[in-house]
Amino acid sequence: MDLDWTALGEVAAVSTGVTVAVVAVFALGVLGLSRADSTRTTGRPRTAGRAPTAGRAPTAALAQAGVCFLACAAAVGYGIYLIVPQFH
Amino acid sequence: MDHITFLVAVVIVTALAFDFTNGFHDTANAMATSIATGALTPRTAVLVSGVLNIVGAFLSTEVARTISGGIVDDTLVTPGMVFAGLVGAILWNLLTWLLGLPSSSSHALFGGLIGAVWVGAGQHGVHFSKVVEKVLVPAVASPIVAGVAALLATYLAYRITARARTESVTRGFRLGQIASASLVSLAHGTNDAQKTMGVITLTLISAGALGHDAGPPLWVVAAAGLAIGLGTYLGGWRIIRTMGRGLTDIQSPQGFAAEAAATTVILSSAHLGFALSTTQVCSGGILGAGLGRRLAEVRWGTAGRMVIAWLVTLPAAALVGGLSAIAVTHGGNLGTALIALLAAAVATAIVLASRRNPVHARNVNDAHRVTLRGAAPASVGSAA
Repeated sequence: MDLDWTALGEVAAVSTGVTVAVVAVFALGVLGLSRADSTRTTGRPRTAGRAPTAGRAPTAALAQAGVCFLACAAAVGYGIYLIVPQFH
Repeated sequence: MDHITFLVAVVIVTALAFDFTNGFHDTANAMATSIATGALTPRTAVLVSGVLNIVGAFLSTEVARTISGGIVDDTLVTPGMVFAGLVGAILWNLLTWLLGLPSSSSHALFGGLIGAVWVGAGQHGVHFSKVVEKVLVPAVASPIVAGVAALLATYLAYRITARARTESVTRGFRLGQIASASLVSLAHGTNDAQKTMGVITLTLISAGALGHDAGPPLWVVAAAGLAIGLGTYLGGWRIIRTMGRGLTDIQSPQGFAAEAAATTVILSSAHLGFALSTTQVCSGGILGAGLGRRLAEVRWGTAGRMVIAWLVTLPAAALVGGLSAIAVTHGGNLGTALIALLAAAVATAIVLASRRNPVHARNVNDAHRVTLRGAAPASVGSAA
């Protein structure tokens, strides 16, 4: 019996790294969405029209959310690629 | 079809029955946390998971070329031993389901085969060093890895979103959970349905109905996929309750972290050739997610009972497999038929016992524990 400790260590390192990265990026995306939501709801009653600052904040927050969710979607895509043998 | 003897037919039916129990035993792996956090309604969750399991079954072309992955000497395995091993695995799966304990279907199958081969072919038929290497070490390591990954990820997720609006966070992570849970289901379908296809195909080859090196015929792929998909759709609600509500109180960021951890551990280890138990990985992820959120209560009593079930799974299934193998090897077709009838009777008793306190889609989230009124488990346990 010989155990492949290197492979075991690799699995541990890769899994932990990928999990933490994906969840952290997703959390940043959620944070972006939340900021966009709160700017939209709190920004409206104060300014009747669309003040430039109130307009920009949700755009930046939405962009942050978009980039983060795209990155997560890419990770999911890679996961599907790994699962489906026909893609290899 | 001249080659399909009584025994071969019984093995095929039993293998599909195992596949079915494998499906409903493991619905919880992918869907328990999504159901607990409300990311998916219970009915939608089992439908999505069932469909993805069938899709996964059809996608997996690389069907297992060995029945056991080298744990037993495949050249010594007869269809009778496969049948006896499957009986051990099915009965153990049903008993743990009755008690609401998430245990590994793969370990049950390995255990049943080990017991059957040990009795049928002798101790030299079992490769004990392979058992340690392929079963025990991954069984200890994988839940710990998934747990640590989920713990760190959960901690970070709560740190990052600490100042965000709670409803945005809950909604966002719920959507993420749908994707992560679907990935687990798909991976499950490609792995677990394949085991049953391998068992049926190898039995057909040994009976001469298929040529050597033949792949599984379409009907085998379709039957195995449907059996696991239907089992998944039926939903092992008792186990879903334990995993989703029993181990810890799960919020959607934790559910997402647990599922992400489980998915990466399953995929990275499959890539490197480790066989591991989806159930144990997912349970480890859920416990880690419970530890990663401050103030979350982890119910160690439930976790302890689950770990005991993990330890007992292989030997218990081996015991039933071994006992069945005695009857099958000495009793021929009559012994096989008797064991099949006895197994069906025990399975019916377990299902009837579950009716005393049923868990279903409508009450799965209502309580933390799966309880049995009356003293049913003791008598059922000794009969199995």
